[in-house]
Amino acid sequence: MKFKHLYIAFLIVLVGCGKSISPVDSALDKQILHFGNGTEPQGLDPHIVTGVPEHHLLISMCEGLTISNPKGGDNLPGVAKSWSISPDGKTYTFFLNENAKWSNGDPVIAEDFVWSWMRILTPSLGSQYPDMLYYIEGAERYYFSESLPLVVLGLLEYIVKASKLSDYHSRACIFINKCDLASDIEDLLNAGDFTLRKDIDSNQFIKFLDDIQRNDTLNDIPKFDKNFIEPKASIVDIIGTWNFSSITPEINFNEVGVQAIDNHTLKVNLRSPTPFFIKLLSHYSTYPVHKETVLAYGSIDDRNGQWTRPGNFVCNGPMNLKSWELNKQITVEKNPLYWDAKKVRLNEIRFYPVSNESTEDRMFRAGQLHVTNVVPLEKCPVYIEEKNPNLRIEPYMGTYFYRVNTKHPVLKDKRIRLALAYALNREQIVKRVSKCGQPAAYSFTPPGLAGYEPKTKIPYDPELARSLLAEAGYANGDNFPTLEILFNTQEGHRKIALAIQQMWQENLGISIRLVNQEWRVYLAREMTGDFQISRAGWIGDYEDPNTFLDLLRLNRGNNKTGWENVEYDQLLELANSTNDQVLRYEYFNQAEKLLISEMPIIPIYTYVRQYQISSDVKGWYPNIIDTHHPKYIYLERE
Amino acid sequence: MFQVILKRIAIAVPVLLIVASLTFFLVRMAPGGPFDVDKVVPPQVMKNLNAVYNLDAPLLVQYKDYMLNLVQGDFGPSFRYPGRSVTEMISIGLPVTLELAFYAILIAMIVGICAGVTAAVKRNTVFDYIPMSIAMLGICMPTFLLGPLLVLIFGIQLEVLPVSGWGSLAGDKILPSITLGAAYAAYIARLSRGGMLETLNQDYIRTARAKGLPEHKVIIRHALQGGLVPVVSFLGPAIAGLIGGSFVVETIFQIPGLGRFYVEAAFNRDYTMILGTTIFFSSLIIFFNLLSDIVVLLMNPRARSEA
Repeated sequence: MKFKHLYIAFLIVLVGCGKSISPVDSALDKQILHFGNGTEPQGLDPHIVTGVPEHHLLISMCEGLTISNPKGGDNLPGVAKSWSISPDGKTYTFFLNENAKWSNGDPVIAEDFVWSWMRILTPSLGSQYPDMLYYIEGAERYYFSESLPLVVLGLLEYIVKASKLSDYHSRACIFINKCDLASDIEDLLNAGDFTLRKDIDSNQFIKFLDDIQRNDTLNDIPKFDKNFIEPKASIVDIIGTWNFSSITPEINFNEVGVQAIDNHTLKVNLRSPTPFFIKLLSHYSTYPVHKETVLAYGSIDDRNGQWTRPGNFVCNGPMNLKSWELNKQITVEKNPLYWDAKKVRLNEIRFYPVSNESTEDRMFRAGQLHVTNVVPLEKCPVYIEEKNPNLRIEPYMGTYFYRVNTKHPVLKDKRIRLALAYALNREQIVKRVSKCGQPAAYSFTPPGLAGYEPKTKIPYDPELARSLLAEAGYANGDNFPTLEILFNTQEGHRKIALAIQQMWQENLGISIRLVNQEWRVYLAREMTGDFQISRAGWIGDYEDPNTFLDLLRLNRGNNKTGWENVEYDQLLELANSTNDQVLRYEYFNQAEKLLISEMPIIPIYTYVRQYQISSDVKGWYPNIIDTHHPKYIYLERE
Repeated sequence: MFQVILKRIAIAVPVLLIVASLTFFLVRMAPGGPFDVDKVVPPQVMKNLNAVYNLDAPLLVQYKDYMLNLVQGDFGPSFRYPGRSVTEMISIGLPVTLELAFYAILIAMIVGICAGVTAAVKRNTVFDYIPMSIAMLGICMPTFLLGPLLVLIFGIQLEVLPVSGWGSLAGDKILPSITLGAAYAAYIARLSRGGMLETLNQDYIRTARAKGLPEHKVIIRHALQGGLVPVVSFLGPAIAGLIGGSFVVETIFQIPGLGRFYVEAAFNRDYTMILGTTIFFSSLIIFFNLLSDIVVLLMNPRARSEA
């Protein structure tokens, strides 16, 4: 009897709770957007964080000179109400909006940008994005002069000048012992009339450069000379040409090409015409930060300052930080001081760091979220089948590809790389394996990126693939060594690797081993070149083909394939020094054709964004960069 | 007894130091560093970043610095979350995890002890078979299955309880507490049944019955104290395990507890956070083991005299 009572009581309690009104239902009146944001953001300091969840938060709370267009295409005015570009494409003048205010009421002025850009270029801040500003005249040099020992910088400057390279980025790498480019340094020294002493090996030299203290000066040069460099070299002349006075104490931010003409005019000089520069300015690394607030909680290079905490945080976007509960939710509310506040219709956005995809899916189904970050892999084909009205699959600026280690004794043969690429049936992979609407990729750059259409073709031709393999000496795959596909542990990657393994076995008669590793181990192995073929993906940083093609240039850290092609490098150099967009894309096309004919990377498919969104969310448009500016979003139910 | 406690505490200190040292070197040996991302940054940038966190110093120097800070109670800053100290992260996650563990253990004890005692008293009847079969199922059913199952039934089909969250929506603490408590309830049910069966066969119970005490008094006043000793000695490690092992439930239900911080820190190679939480959990395990030993001593006169 007793148990029966209990059971009834339990039922009453449950019914008493009744069907609760879901957060999505109650959000309509209050205009509160519930947003599935992937993971907990590293932080809210735009100069320190990296990542997509941080991007979603920062576009709502801060604003750069421009904002990305919600419908795709050219950027729209942000803090800059308009701008003019000089005919050579190298000088930008921005006219700032007089109504742009910080959330504490201070006006946003041109000097704020100068100070903020100086901050991200301060090496001791440890920002991971200073290179986003390297397009600005002198920015890269400032970063290096601030962080390299002066003697090394002097040498570097000399070599850059001697070898007529405009690029510190690739050459400076040589001075850091992490780059394993011992042979390269000898080439460079020769190019600059240096000779290493015969008993000194270049690694020792690099280590020596590395050990020089920042404040070592000209007086240390003899040490440098006697111990390492052959006296017969024209070292005296060389030292004579090192203009230490121009790089030592005088180096300051004035030499960087950004200048506040007055409170509302900002002038920026670029190193070369950079047609995508306006688009870079909606990236959070270029955002201004409020100087007084940052300095109130630490110095300019303080990573751990408390200025991003609720109550302290001051920024200039459409929303304000209201609360931040770690691993639970971040709430932002409408900022009445925002210059375009009358356009903002949302009162609040709540960001939930839901890293578990299945949990996120359940939250969406129970009406706790308006927008999800992803759709779980196994759910995607099911939702497509069910014609789930909330499912969205949209083109995205990313490519899924396989990296080939071109230093590998077998894979260094271009014919083998091409054979591997031609033996893949990409249509089958996207239809039968990835199954979430991804288009097969026949180029490295996603088609249609900023109006650029790659003209490359990668045939699926097992016959041709076999003949290429035979040409390389492995007819029918005989004597071909077993290759490894390296991928980070994830079901989706494993399935694709399995399909590719099978295709290569069937079409080429070669055997493939699959190796999966935890994420960081996988990264470490890719970085050190400890792989044969590895799964990879690349999401563009900005809307321009350069963000993809730049990857495979000489000495780029993200190249990782060991592939080096001077012609390719020159084509990209040409593309990036012209101000003629048609000609520029022509160079890109030539470069991409060259890339695909050499196949250091094997494109597989173009990424899509797959997520769920409630039909209540309006003002949300598909776009290739997947940026949905909150000032256009509102909630309405038909 | 104080001697026993003092001795245990004296052992705990070197144990913790060894744990800290081992963890320190183990996390450094794992490939990949805290700032590795798939988009490689220029080497100079990485170098500057490592310099900010003293990661460019020789390993032994880093070890010395870390241990010196540690004995002063400073766990250092989190590498993954700039601006947050490890101590702050633990103090944010801990109350949530403790609350979850408290509800879970409460559910586990009430359900487990009731079922176990009933089963022991009504041995070999339906009141024994049914709860014990369910308990067997409970032990076997992993939380990552039970959690989503409960959510599908109560959250999505019946729409009576929220599917996730902690303290944001009414009733969102119910499902995670049940999910986490279920397996422990099952263990406790089996342990208390066993303990009770043994006790009920003791001479002093027969004496109590012979004196004509009503059955419920025999059980509550005489049998329970002895019958629950195995449960109590299980509780110590169980509570520590609950706190350390709540990761799965915290992930399924999107709860901002310490378990998620712990596991995510390992994936992020957040060195200081891994070390801080490991040391913290080790202390918890030592503490709760000690606590349950003391309670067992108090409950069991035989063990007391041996000590």
